[in-house]
Amino acid sequence: MFKILKYSFYDLTRSRWLYIYGAFYLLLSASLLWLGGGLSKAIISLMNIILVLVPLIATMFGVMYYYNSREFTELLLAQPIRRSHIFFGQYLGVACSLAISLLLGVGLPFVLYGIFSSSEIWNFSILLLVGLFLSFIFSAIAFFIALRNENRIKGFGLAILVWLFFAVIYDGLFLLALSMFSDYPLERFAIGASLFNPIDLSRILILLKLDISALMGYTGAVIQNFMGTVLGMACSLGVLLLWVALPAWGIKRVAVRKDF
Amino acid sequence: MITIENLHKSFGKQEVLKGVSLKFQSPGITAILGPNGSGKTTLIKSILGMALPGQGTIRFQGQDIKGGWAYRRQIDYLPQIARFPENLTVQELLRMIQDLRGGQPDAEPLIRLFALQPHLGNRLGNLSGGTRQKVNLVLAMMYDSPVLILDEPTSGLDPVATQRLKELLRQEKEKGKYILVTTHIMSFVEEMADEVVFLLEGHVHFRGGLQELKEKYGASSLERAIARILEEGELGFSSNGHGEKAAQLVLRGA
Repeated sequence: MFKILKYSFYDLTRSRWLYIYGAFYLLLSASLLWLGGGLSKAIISLMNIILVLVPLIATMFGVMYYYNSREFTELLLAQPIRRSHIFFGQYLGVACSLAISLLLGVGLPFVLYGIFSSSEIWNFSILLLVGLFLSFIFSAIAFFIALRNENRIKGFGLAILVWLFFAVIYDGLFLLALSMFSDYPLERFAIGASLFNPIDLSRILILLKLDISALMGYTGAVIQNFMGTVLGMACSLGVLLLWVALPAWGIKRVAVRKDF
Repeated sequence: MITIENLHKSFGKQEVLKGVSLKFQSPGITAILGPNGSGKTTLIKSILGMALPGQGTIRFQGQDIKGGWAYRRQIDYLPQIARFPENLTVQELLRMIQDLRGGQPDAEPLIRLFALQPHLGNRLGNLSGGTRQKVNLVLAMMYDSPVLILDEPTSGLDPVATQRLKELLRQEKEKGKYILVTTHIMSFVEEMADEVVFLLEGHVHFRGGLQELKEKYGASSLERAIARILEEGELGFSSNGHGEKAAQLVLRGA
């Protein structure tokens, strides 16, 4: 599996999109830090971008890489290699290269700015951690969708739809539900509903760290009570892990049963 | 070596293999013949575990291959369509497969045999069809495995390369290997094969030696025998002599 990871990674490092992606973060973080003024402001701005962009790019990369490496996959399938290793190797290759782009692109400017000697270090770490999680989650979902759909157009469309759902539509429905049932206590529902969307969960994790949950009103306070604790934090991270594991399990299931 | 029992396989509603049972117990070259869409490639892919059987079992050296992968170490496979990662050079591809598969392959003599030295540094995307097929052959045959499965090995090869391939296959046969070949070139079969398996509409229609096939259908050449088979089969060919032509068309491949 690690050999396949290595080759997928090597293959991806030749693609200029990965560099463009990394360079974009580099430029963005640097300009937010030096032109926008201040670490915590930069972190909040970056959060809003990372929460939307990381899932989108991970989705597109995952789908594209799967379809573009069909030849490589077919070659590997005839070799004495476990099927699940082939697909996990490729998936991890995509996810790791995206994660490294993000890590370097966002990390370097912050390190140069002096994040290590600042009190914002924890907030920044949680932002990066969440970014890494989202890379792994959405590339796994994308791989799973691509694996299930032979038709590229259909696979691409579905993957983008899933991203759109989690990034935009889900929030809309969530807000709609909150305003429709505003006469009822919705705190538990709010916590529960946010667990089912990795992007929302990530956002809450960062916002709580940033201590601006007061902006979220009473619901925010309840969420703070739950997730602000060590237990809540562990829970949310656990759920994020589950969000990686679930599509990964799906990849394995489909890969083992698929005809080539 | 390989035992196939009652193998069924369908893709969606289309039933490709309808109960194929075959045993490969003695070394030599077996030609798998049949018109397009008769299930040759599906049969091969099932042996390799790339297509998963709907029903039936395949045993390799007595062991069910279901879910297995290590047995593929003993099989060298030449896919029908040579598709490679386009960005890699020939040299990189060879090294990659060697690294992934391990073992001690010997690609040098094959590279010399097919005169591939000038192409080693070229990207695979830029190679001509015939050269790709040569790379495909080197990849498949650089290991010295006991089973060799070749899906249309001569496609795209020039006459010189075809001659060298035949020579190579004779040598491999001498080593006591099991060689399965699908092809549409009847002269190749007559020259090389020890045995013929004829697939028709998902069934094994005939299996035996070349001579036996000709005698059974009272034909003087393999092509005629195949024509008779197709006439007998309910393919809608009339028996007024058009069958042979139709068979030739079918066997040459569309």
